[in-house]
Amino acid sequence: MSDPVRRIPTVPLALGLATALAASLVCGVAFGASGIELPDVLRLLAAGLTGGRLDPDDASAYAIVWELRLPRTLLAAVVGGGLAATGVAVQALVRNALADPFVLGISSGAAVGANAVLLLGAFASLGVWAISVSAFGSALLAMVLVYLAARTAYGLTPLRLVLTGTALSYGFSALTTLMVFSADHAEAARDAMMWLLGSLGGATWGSVPIAAGTVLAGLAYLACAAGRLDALAMGDETSASLGVDPDRLRRELFVVTAAVTGTVVAVSGAIGFVGLLVPHLARILVGAGHRRVLVVAPLAGALLLVWVDIASRTLLAPAELPVGVFTAVLGVPAFLLMMRRRGQAFGGRR
Amino acid sequence: MTGITEVTGAEELRVDGVSVELAGARLVHEVSLAAAAGQVIGLIGPNGSGKSTLLRCVYRVLRPAGGTVRLDGDDLHALTARDAARRVAALTQEHPAEFEFTVAEVVAMGRLPHRRGLGGSPTAGDRERCAAALDRVRAGHLAERAFPSLSGGEKQRVLIARALVQEPRLLVLDEPTNHLDIAHQLEVLALAREAGPTVLTALHDLNLAAGHCDRLYVLAAGRIVAAGEPGEVLRPELLAEVFGVRATPVRHPGTGALQLLFDRLP
Repeated sequence: MSDPVRRIPTVPLALGLATALAASLVCGVAFGASGIELPDVLRLLAAGLTGGRLDPDDASAYAIVWELRLPRTLLAAVVGGGLAATGVAVQALVRNALADPFVLGISSGAAVGANAVLLLGAFASLGVWAISVSAFGSALLAMVLVYLAARTAYGLTPLRLVLTGTALSYGFSALTTLMVFSADHAEAARDAMMWLLGSLGGATWGSVPIAAGTVLAGLAYLACAAGRLDALAMGDETSASLGVDPDRLRRELFVVTAAVTGTVVAVSGAIGFVGLLVPHLARILVGAGHRRVLVVAPLAGALLLVWVDIASRTLLAPAELPVGVFTAVLGVPAFLLMMRRRGQAFGGRR
Repeated sequence: MTGITEVTGAEELRVDGVSVELAGARLVHEVSLAAAAGQVIGLIGPNGSGKSTLLRCVYRVLRPAGGTVRLDGDDLHALTARDAARRVAALTQEHPAEFEFTVAEVVAMGRLPHRRGLGGSPTAGDRERCAAALDRVRAGHLAERAFPSLSGGEKQRVLIARALVQEPRLLVLDEPTNHLDIAHQLEVLALAREAGPTVLTALHDLNLAAGHCDRLYVLAAGRIVAAGEPGEVLRPELLAEVFGVRATPVRHPGTGALQLLFDRLP
């Protein structure tokens, strides 16, 4: 006889997270290598929003706040929310709480494209867009490869997807490594390393709207699919008996996940653990129902990544650490703790 | 073969010449069966005889390679998945424990085919139906428990409640008594009969089948080899041929109901 499941009411939790996120966005803009006082930050933000006048003295501070920190902080929130949401989708897709957006091979596919630009100078004609376009393109290509390799006459099965994604990931990583080794300058290898561990340093007003639009569209789709995700999580046969075609839903999820992950990875590199841990944390807080998880997980993911980004650029300022280092430092112990806490709930049977 | 598709009363389910193929192998050969509204129909046969495959075709995981499954005259495989799920509910043999849904959440999934729109949050009516269904299977006290933490018998009761809120015309049960103790086996079958809709169930235990079904169909190697009331079907010659056992029919000293004793064939 076990106790009733204890859960936190979703609405107050979501409101709390949203408030904390708003406050954190301001913090993200306020904190940084060059000390700009909070009142100045608020004044500059207000000026930027309302189009007010600025002193010529404020020009450099304004540029830092408005052109560097704000897009970067917003991108952190978008990337964190997007990774958490796709984490929820992938875990339902492969029916495994240990899965994350990267097990499908999409991020290592994106890494091939990004590093082709960083190391080999591919797509130079695209200028600053080269990395994003190339990463997104190769993410979609990787998705198609994984899909075709995993497909059977009976549709996509979770295990085949995971195994195919993992196997192809190794292939993509090998390609990336080969490029790093054959690159003739040390700087490029460091860039590649930074990208593989994730960084939000490349955020611009050009990349934020595209990433935000894709993530929001993906979230809207997932919110509409919440009930069907519940059914899919209970098993393919159950899902079919509840009127949800598991193969069709899995195909839809696959495309949405690839598009969101591809976009997010293209603008921020491969930031690990967010998509694995945040959905898990959300389930501990509000239970497994996807209607609630899909409210809490994106907010929590956004909040987490805003703070991780703040830490990555302030702790060793003016040097910058890769975001992925922090998510791993936080993620590994949190993951082990959660696994101990859940005990037998992992790995299937009890 | 005579008697296979005769039913008394208003006919509801009619499986007509259904064949099912998987990976090029034909697992079910032109099976026909029928059920009247409210009847409990049992499907018996040795392991691998095609019981589950046939049932999966009825609850639409598999499409028939030939033949039709009709409910109230409508071809189930011509309906949308959602429309079919409003008419047919199923208790499958899968029990994933990966996600900790509460019992209330699991039961609420039964309303999914009835919800409007894409997202569709549960209405007050949905919640009332779910609470009533849980009470009906004597599981109201379990509502806030985690489904994976329940015992086998509790899980089956909850899944019957989920099937009830689906408000189906036909309830398909795939070996619903597996892994249950004897009291829970009897309880689950009693609940299925009380539930109201026509029931099509695969069963391993022939005495349970004899005691709880109005009609039995015997499957062997994907074909129906006998059909009728339990007393007509469960004859020692047939059981020796299909199951490879020696069966001795006896009468329950109290109720007079048919019981079978089994020995290995000499």
